[in-house]
Amino acid sequence: MNVLTFLIPLSLLMGLGGLFAFWWTLRRGQYDDPEGDSQRILRGDYDDHPKR
Amino acid sequence: MTDTLDAPSISACPACMATPSAMERAAAAAAEKGARIMLSVPDAHCAACIATVESDLEKMTGVRSARLNLTLRRVMVEAEVDVEPGTIIDRLGQLGYSAYELDPGQLSMTETDRQGRDLLMRLGVAGFSMMNIMLLSVAVWSGATDTTRDMFHMISAMIALPTVAFSGQPFFRKAWAGVRAGRLDMDFPISLAIVLATGMSLFETFNSGAHAYFDAAVMLTFFLLAGRYLDFRTRAVARSAAQELAALEVPRVIRLVNGTEETVPAASVQPGDLVLVRPGGRIPVDGVVVDGTSELDRSLLTGETLPVFAGPQTVVTAGAVNLTGPLTVQVTAAGKDSSLHRMAELVAVAENARNKYTSLAEKAARLYSPSVHLLSFAAFVVWMWLTGGDVRHALNISAATLIITCPCALGLAVPAVVTAASGKLFRAGLLIKDGSALERLAEVDTVVFDKTGTLTMGAPEPLGLDALDRESLEIAAALGQASSHPLARALAQATQARGIIPAMLEDVAEVPGHGIQAHWQGQRVRLGRAQWVGADSLNVTATYLAIGARPVQAIAFADRLRAGAAEAVAAFTARGKRVFLLSGDVPGAVGEMAQRLGIADWQAEALPQDKAALITQLQAQGHKVLMVGDGLNDTVALSAAHVSISPASALDAARVASDIVMLGASLEALPMAQHVAVRAVRRIRENFAISFGYNIVAVPIALVGLASPLIAALAMSVSSITVALNALRLK
Repeated sequence: MNVLTFLIPLSLLMGLGGLFAFWWTLRRGQYDDPEGDSQRILRGDYDDHPKR
Repeated sequence: MTDTLDAPSISACPACMATPSAMERAAAAAAEKGARIMLSVPDAHCAACIATVESDLEKMTGVRSARLNLTLRRVMVEAEVDVEPGTIIDRLGQLGYSAYELDPGQLSMTETDRQGRDLLMRLGVAGFSMMNIMLLSVAVWSGATDTTRDMFHMISAMIALPTVAFSGQPFFRKAWAGVRAGRLDMDFPISLAIVLATGMSLFETFNSGAHAYFDAAVMLTFFLLAGRYLDFRTRAVARSAAQELAALEVPRVIRLVNGTEETVPAASVQPGDLVLVRPGGRIPVDGVVVDGTSELDRSLLTGETLPVFAGPQTVVTAGAVNLTGPLTVQVTAAGKDSSLHRMAELVAVAENARNKYTSLAEKAARLYSPSVHLLSFAAFVVWMWLTGGDVRHALNISAATLIITCPCALGLAVPAVVTAASGKLFRAGLLIKDGSALERLAEVDTVVFDKTGTLTMGAPEPLGLDALDRESLEIAAALGQASSHPLARALAQATQARGIIPAMLEDVAEVPGHGIQAHWQGQRVRLGRAQWVGADSLNVTATYLAIGARPVQAIAFADRLRAGAAEAVAAFTARGKRVFLLSGDVPGAVGEMAQRLGIADWQAEALPQDKAALITQLQAQGHKVLMVGDGLNDTVALSAAHVSISPASALDAARVASDIVMLGASLEALPMAQHVAVRAVRRIRENFAISFGYNIVAVPIALVGLASPLIAALAMSVSSITVALNALRLK
């Protein structure tokens, strides 16, 4: 049972990592245009020099 | 720093001047405001569109960058301050995309974005907590006991409390607002269930009880937030595009005081004032022309396609567009007494009547809210009596009843269907401004169309140009180019499309109210009204061309039928709907149009009040009327009808009065929309039946005290997912 003492905090930390990643993508506006982004990925324009 | 100090202060206090941030922010905002143009592009739909639109716009001078958002179908252009939205709209028009300018008032738009992100963040946090608590709960359900169970419950509580406090806020706030207003809507039982479940579970945790409902409370929050977010997104997309379509008219008036012009708000004009209306401007007041001659386009006001002559002593009404010459108008009625304002009052009355519609969701909530409270309270009382006063046990069962009846499925039932349906309609070019519009559209059994601008494009096209010889066409093209009159412009466009090179003219002059005149190879040439060029007036919309002493040639015009008009009328008739044509135009034009489309019931020369009266009369007979119109004269009818649709080209007032805005040009989308609405309402009813059926099974289990957290979690997620999947079938 002692294994729980670090497995539970570990799983919580991983979850928090996911939550932080979600917060970051949200802040960067990555959910503003899901349809457009799914089409944009098929274009080769920025393959070599990603547009910022 | 000295620059900042020298500039006029906009900071709140002198001390704030030390921090330049306020100034910088204001400057940045000003630069941004002038530089950002937002356009709605309803026809964009594919990867190729992104490439075409963005690369082409970015080649324009003054444009820094362009980005097309396919989800919202709009383009955001970052440009130099001097770039006009009009030029970008023209450029997009050349590429084959119709575009409408959106309100550059960025504030409301970012406000919408902020709200959306806020909801999404709360949803994300609830999702995270739900998964982690579920992980711990599964361990408890599979047999963790004693200290381990208590510890798991404790950790769950540590996750659940902040989550409920953060993610539950939208419900708590609305419930509180409802209580203060003396209403009991859906949010109250939701909040009660979340708070009671969390509180009871916390109590159980500290007293090492066997059951904790943290997972249920958080799951409830998650599913309901999902429904809330869907609901929000549907409304946000529609609102931003439909209501923020830029107001093209500025409510300002040029007033003449002792011969000098001054620009004043329209509201401050008094009867007796003199007002100057330039060509292309909309007449802001009711009045009498005292000086100048011109022609007036009253199509949006009355539905007449033919411009009418205006000279001294002509009585004009607000809303007509001045076409050719400047007019000085003496105001007879302004503000509250003007015909525009009277129309607005009629609209307000009509809208009031319509607001009484209760949506299916509201009906469900009205039934649901009291019965749930009653059930939960009854469970508490009965168990108090059965156990001889065991408050803890009775409260536990009462909370379990609240959770298990809680409208997870009910909260998703409507938003999921409405999102699926409006997404489908959005792809077809229709914007739903209000969720209940879909339900109302489904009930429609009578369709009333306006003619000018709705069944037709509202733009005249010359007929029989082949009858004219090449020389006449060249002269007509040259004359047409020189005028801003709609018939002249249409003629110029049609000749240009035929590849005709305009003739060389001299002394081109527009004679306001009559036409345009010039000299060609020493002969006088004229294009304009019949009497002026010396011809007999035809019975149809026409302009007349006179070249020297040659016989006058008439060029007739017809309003082009909107794409899909015939198909739409046929489809509605085939589905057993009664179709009406109601127009302010002359009987000849309306009758011809009705015959062409196979509409049996039509009425011409209908005043705005007549239109509204017919609709009210039909509705009094128990019919549900769909009104499709675009003009100022339709606004009362649009708001009186059970549900209304207007094209994006319609006047602001008409768009605001209608429930659905048609962004595409084709009317064929309308019968399709009606069909989708019928199916959507069927899905909503099915979803209600599903959640009701699930409650019939689950509530007795909760009432007898057998609803363990596992059963609650299972029932809740299964019903929610069933409902969401059922909604998705609509696609």
